Amino acid sequence: MHEPLFVLSQEDWSLHRKGELDQQRHSRKIKEAIKNNLADLVSEESIITSQGGRILKVPIRGMDEPRFRYDTSGKKQVGQGNGGTQPGDVLGQASPGQQPGQGKGQAGDQPGVDYYEAEITVDELAELIFEDLQLPRLKPKSETDLTVDDIRFNDIRRKGMMGNIDKRRTLMEAVKRRALSGYTGAGPDEPAASGPRYGAAAEARFPAAGGDGVRPEPGMPALITNEDLRFKTWEDIRKPQSSAVVLAMMDTSGSMGSFEKYLARSFFFWMVRFLRTKYEQVQVCFLAHDTEAKQVDEESFFTKGESGGTRCSSVYELALEVLEKQYPPQHYNAYAFHFSDGDNLDSDNTATVGLVQKLLEQVNMVGYGEIRRYGLGGRLWDSMSQVEHEGFIRSVLREKSDVYRTLKDFFGESAAV
Amino acid sequence: MKQLEYDRLEQAIGEITGMAAEEGLDFFPMRYEICPAEVLYSIGAYGMPTRFSHWSFGKAYQRMKSEYDYGLNRIYELVINSDPCYAFLLDRNTLLQNKLIVAHVLGHSDFFKHNAMFAGTDRKMVDRMAVFAERIREFEQAYGADEVELILDAGLSIQEHVDPHRRFGRKEGFSESEGGSKDVIGFIAGGSRTLQDWQREILYMLREEMLYFWPQMETKILNEGWATYWHLRLVRQLELGDAEILEFAKMNAGVVQPGAGSLNPYYLGLRMLEAIEREEGREALFEIRETESDVSFLRNYLNRAMIEEMDLFLFQREGAVYKVTDRDAAQVRDTLILQRTNGGFPYITAMDGDYHSRGELLLVHRYEGLALDRKYVDRTLPLIHRLWGRPVHLETRTESNHPLRYLCTGQYVTTE
Repeated sequence: MHEPLFVLSQEDWSLHRKGELDQQRHSRKIKEAIKNNLADLVSEESIITSQGGRILKVPIRGMDEPRFRYDTSGKKQVGQGNGGTQPGDVLGQASPGQQPGQGKGQAGDQPGVDYYEAEITVDELAELIFEDLQLPRLKPKSETDLTVDDIRFNDIRRKGMMGNIDKRRTLMEAVKRRALSGYTGAGPDEPAASGPRYGAAAEARFPAAGGDGVRPEPGMPALITNEDLRFKTWEDIRKPQSSAVVLAMMDTSGSMGSFEKYLARSFFFWMVRFLRTKYEQVQVCFLAHDTEAKQVDEESFFTKGESGGTRCSSVYELALEVLEKQYPPQHYNAYAFHFSDGDNLDSDNTATVGLVQKLLEQVNMVGYGEIRRYGLGGRLWDSMSQVEHEGFIRSVLREKSDVYRTLKDFFGESAAV
Repeated sequence: MKQLEYDRLEQAIGEITGMAAEEGLDFFPMRYEICPAEVLYSIGAYGMPTRFSHWSFGKAYQRMKSEYDYGLNRIYELVINSDPCYAFLLDRNTLLQNKLIVAHVLGHSDFFKHNAMFAGTDRKMVDRMAVFAERIREFEQAYGADEVELILDAGLSIQEHVDPHRRFGRKEGFSESEGGSKDVIGFIAGGSRTLQDWQREILYMLREEMLYFWPQMETKILNEGWATYWHLRLVRQLELGDAEILEFAKMNAGVVQPGAGSLNPYYLGLRMLEAIEREEGREALFEIRETESDVSFLRNYLNRAMIEEMDLFLFQREGAVYKVTDRDAAQVRDTLILQRTNGGFPYITAMDGDYHSRGELLLVHRYEGLALDRKYVDRTLPLIHRLWGRPVHLETRTESNHPLRYLCTGQYVTTE
């Protein structure tokens, strides 16, 4: 017999969903890769200036399949024009890592680009960053801070508000009572041929107020009477919610260059976001200083530049004052984080250390971050290293990726001990 | 698809099939399947209707899906080298689109059947890959999906390093004494002392799959050129209405459009074949489709006139822009050949499985003027180490042609 030259068919492909499953595997891999790249992502400028719901494209290296391939960077490649192309013509902008000049490839026959652009929202990214972070060394403060967080229905009573009626139990009571009274008709869930049919529709027949109940046919016991009614009652769940205040202190003196300010602000950006995501009752108080310190609002803290010399003690003095007046330690878990380039007036170092020690008596933790790109620490760093207190943490930031490490230092597991 | 459309498509396929046979095309029996976009791009991502699971396919799937959803890329058809030859048509294609595609895939089917590179391919691979998939699913149940993924990740990283030419009964490209085995994945599967049997089996399956795909990678320009040549020729013979002619012109322009700074294999292959036909006649084309691969096709036929006509040139990154550097025909041709040599992959051989008499593995990169990308060496060698279980050495050369050796003793790669 002759085989036909062709067959045309149209099948039901609805079971074809393997791609979706393998895509989930891939998404898990992306998430892992993002986690491994957090240190770089945390200090990405485009992320810090963006809104929560916005989708970011984050470049992630090492997401393509490993294989041996040529290093084509700087190599000549073949291209194709529309005619009359001359040496020296510019074809286009080179984007970092981009591999130009590849034809339309089928799976596997062309080398890919060496980074993958994952899509993630700022909120999702923040969630990953904050996963292991917490306010360390939280202590329960006074009773007034215990706030009602939620309610839980956990008891049944005969009196209560109609809004809280327990329909199932009420019906059960009605069935019980009617059974005891000798009525053999259908219960709410057992429709019988003779009796009226109730079922889901029965719910619609509840008395609108605590009245006499519905009596569909004369001679029958009332469907529901007042004594059947059962109400749910609730209990407040009180969470020990210690109020907390975080003092964000930043050196804005002239010696703080744009890089230094950027790092300090990156840290505070994530810190503020982290506190507002994870805690409801945390207040952030912004203190900026050069030779003098002042309390500023959030916007100017993140945007305004200052100049002048540096006297770090000023901000610690102001911190103590703010705590005393606005956030008394018996009511607040307080934290102080100070970022500076460490270029302090020599004569001020001893005073600063003294104030740090005094501050440590009032707060749960003091974190000092020194941003310096090169070299060893100056005298402020040396003086700070004399502070011996388990609530004191120092961190040096030399590059962008240190922002993430410092977040971990100040709010990670190690700080909690 | 409605019955009326279906009937008209069936009739059109019959007509085009008859025309193609009259023109001298000799193809496998065809199986056309009409399917929705999701099916088409999943088959595109996996390369086969049924294939084992791996995250990299999920990644390809996601890319194709979003390109389709955003209208960036539309797959009209997919064709599989098999007997009967499977062609998948998108259910939203218009009749005219389907006519063009049917003519195109008949060209592919003829190519699969006659080109020498495909002579050794298994035409029942659709079924075999389904069996492989089932086998790997069994391994996932027995040893855990994560364990299987470890082996797949590592195996896929060297899957291109097979020896396709053993299929022509030739001895390997280099003899053992001068160059070791090009079949790196087989060498490792056979020689590793740490792999368990199921892990070896996975490597052998990956090798089989790659040997099946390899001829397509070696003949991309020629195969697409041939199919495009035929869809043009056949559709022009059809009686089309004005609207259809316009639609055909638009669609065809999309297929063969030369991209700015990129090479379109459809265009390149088509224009070369058309030029050859003008010079040497139609018969020459049938001979080329039987004997050539991309590399030999370019080497034997791409001449100065074609390069000028197609406006091919060399370009290079200079600072923040890509700039055209020269238009010398010989250089353009040689660069193109180098790009297509060995499917575009570095040529690597397994030299020694008992290197230093300590069971270490020595791989050699046959340097041809292009250095290996260090970033990828750093990520690939540890995967090979995972398979071999002992230190792995890789001999290559730097950009300035100095000998260079990498060593991987576990997670990290150092230079020796």
